[in-house]
Amino acid sequence: MTHAAELITAKPDLRKIKRIRTGKEKFWLVFKYVSLIFIWFLVIMPIYVLVVNSLKGVKGVYLNTAFQLPTSLDFSAWKLAWAGDTTKFPGLSAGMGAAMIRTFFIVVQSSLISAVIGSINGFVFAKWKFRGSNLVFTLFLFGMFIPYQAVMIPLVRVATLTGLNKTTYVLVLAHVIYGIPICTLIFRNYYESIPNELIEAGRVDKASMTRIYRSIILPLSIPAFVVVLIWQFTSAWNDFLFAIFLTSGNPKLAVATTQLNFLTGSTNQVYYGLNMTAALLVSLPTLIVYVFLGRYFLRGLLSGSLKG
Amino acid sequence: MSKTAVAKKEKLTKRRPINSALGGFWFVFPSILAIVFFVYGMIAWTFNMSLTNKNSVSVRELKYVGLKNYSDLIKDENFTHALTNLLKFTIVFILGALISGFIMSLLLEKGIKGEGFFRSFYLYPMAISFIAMGTVFNWLLNSATGKDAGGVNLLLQKAGLGFLQNTWYASPTGSMYAMAIPAIWQVAGYVLALFLAGFRGIPDEMREAARVDGASEWKIYRYVLFPQLTPTLLTVLIILGHMSMKVFDLIVGINGKGYVTQTVAVYMWQVTFDNYDFAKGTAIALVLLIMVAFLVLPYLRYVNKHEAYR
Repeated sequence: MTHAAELITAKPDLRKIKRIRTGKEKFWLVFKYVSLIFIWFLVIMPIYVLVVNSLKGVKGVYLNTAFQLPTSLDFSAWKLAWAGDTTKFPGLSAGMGAAMIRTFFIVVQSSLISAVIGSINGFVFAKWKFRGSNLVFTLFLFGMFIPYQAVMIPLVRVATLTGLNKTTYVLVLAHVIYGIPICTLIFRNYYESIPNELIEAGRVDKASMTRIYRSIILPLSIPAFVVVLIWQFTSAWNDFLFAIFLTSGNPKLAVATTQLNFLTGSTNQVYYGLNMTAALLVSLPTLIVYVFLGRYFLRGLLSGSLKG
Repeated sequence: MSKTAVAKKEKLTKRRPINSALGGFWFVFPSILAIVFFVYGMIAWTFNMSLTNKNSVSVRELKYVGLKNYSDLIKDENFTHALTNLLKFTIVFILGALISGFIMSLLLEKGIKGEGFFRSFYLYPMAISFIAMGTVFNWLLNSATGKDAGGVNLLLQKAGLGFLQNTWYASPTGSMYAMAIPAIWQVAGYVLALFLAGFRGIPDEMREAARVDGASEWKIYRYVLFPQLTPTLLTVLIILGHMSMKVFDLIVGINGKGYVTQTVAVYMWQVTFDNYDFAKGTAIALVLLIMVAFLVLPYLRYVNKHEAYR
């Protein structure tokens, strides 16, 4: 089966419709573009508000002018949001910077580990099945849909008892473990599309399955690795639930989302310029990844619906 | 290399099971252990804790109290409030996201110049955290109306739609409907992608055949294309449904633990964090899990049967 993402990107042949249009068809075309552009404005609005208001400085950012361009460019909110400042803003001992760097390391580590585990699991579930492997796989998948609240209290207990909650590794571990289902799924789907003949050819040459995996499958896996890495990067970066339960109350372990929540909560209604800048800062890494590798992000999203 | 070493090596390669019933079991074994312990084991643990009297930190002597925590939940007004809120949110969120995503897919499905541009813009909200977007919507959906209006209310005034002005998530009755707006904004692009994949999966011949038979465009959609999208619709409903039940980040990002917008997940957080009532917290979490399971398990069965995730 063709991957759903390819179905989307494989557009219908535009040339086919390039003939003289009737009046009715012209009307619908104009209607479509007007609607598309209208929706575009709705979709872009919050990001526009973030960008515009981040350039208006820290104070003096008001809601009634939220949609207006800044009269002059003021980058002071960027500096403050990144670094924090204890002298002028007593509540703001730490900005987003430290938390974002910390998150970056957590997220990169967990995506790399997740990808390796996902690839091995996916290979087994697609090409090296064992008795009951389909059932095991379905049991894995259920783990993808559960509300994590249903495991959270015991998880916090385990993290506290082992002392893991004093390090950032607790989040790396959480993202890796609860990322197993989706990563396995993405790789499994991908490996299912690789023809069995390739494996057979390897077997004829008396290669072991591990050897086949290393020399035949792995070199073909780059697209799936990109999908999983991006997916894990994005979802771990945006995670709030695990972070708030596992590391809350410890500012030294704050991640991007929890730090943003803390910052906007503690300075609420005072420094909107700062709030908007901080929110923009948190959004930037995943946005940048999306801009450059959106196609792969789409694949991950569609896998998440099991339609992949 | 000595002779024995060569023999040993040959033996090893020969012994390696390639097509045994065990297959690659040992390679997924660590993951199985992790899932068994961290997913199923912890769910069991959660259930076990929900049957005890661990209702505060000071409880020393753990006793089993049966389903008391669950029966207490039914009597707990805060919980029923959260449940009602979740229901309100779910209805508006699912309908809104479904309709807006579907309309977007209708606009794009035939292929139109600039499709890639629109598609990638429509989907970007899915890449951003609910917490970051919550910060923006917290501000833009300010409750001030009339002269003091700003943000969305001001936009509505300027567009001549002043009567639509609202107190949004601060409203005691409409707060959850207002909460659905940013949620719809965030996932509409995802729904679009799912429907677009559905549309593109329909072979062109079906459309052509209907056209040759003289069917009008509307009839082609109504009788040829829409019926083909039923599996997609099912997927979309399941995805939106389970997202909605778990909604947490978005609510916290916009309104914190604010009472008017509390949902089941937010209430569970408050109960565990502020009151340290672990028995009640686990009971709420389990209710949430059962709700999600009712939705997802039949779907998993369906997908498994049809091997749709191939």
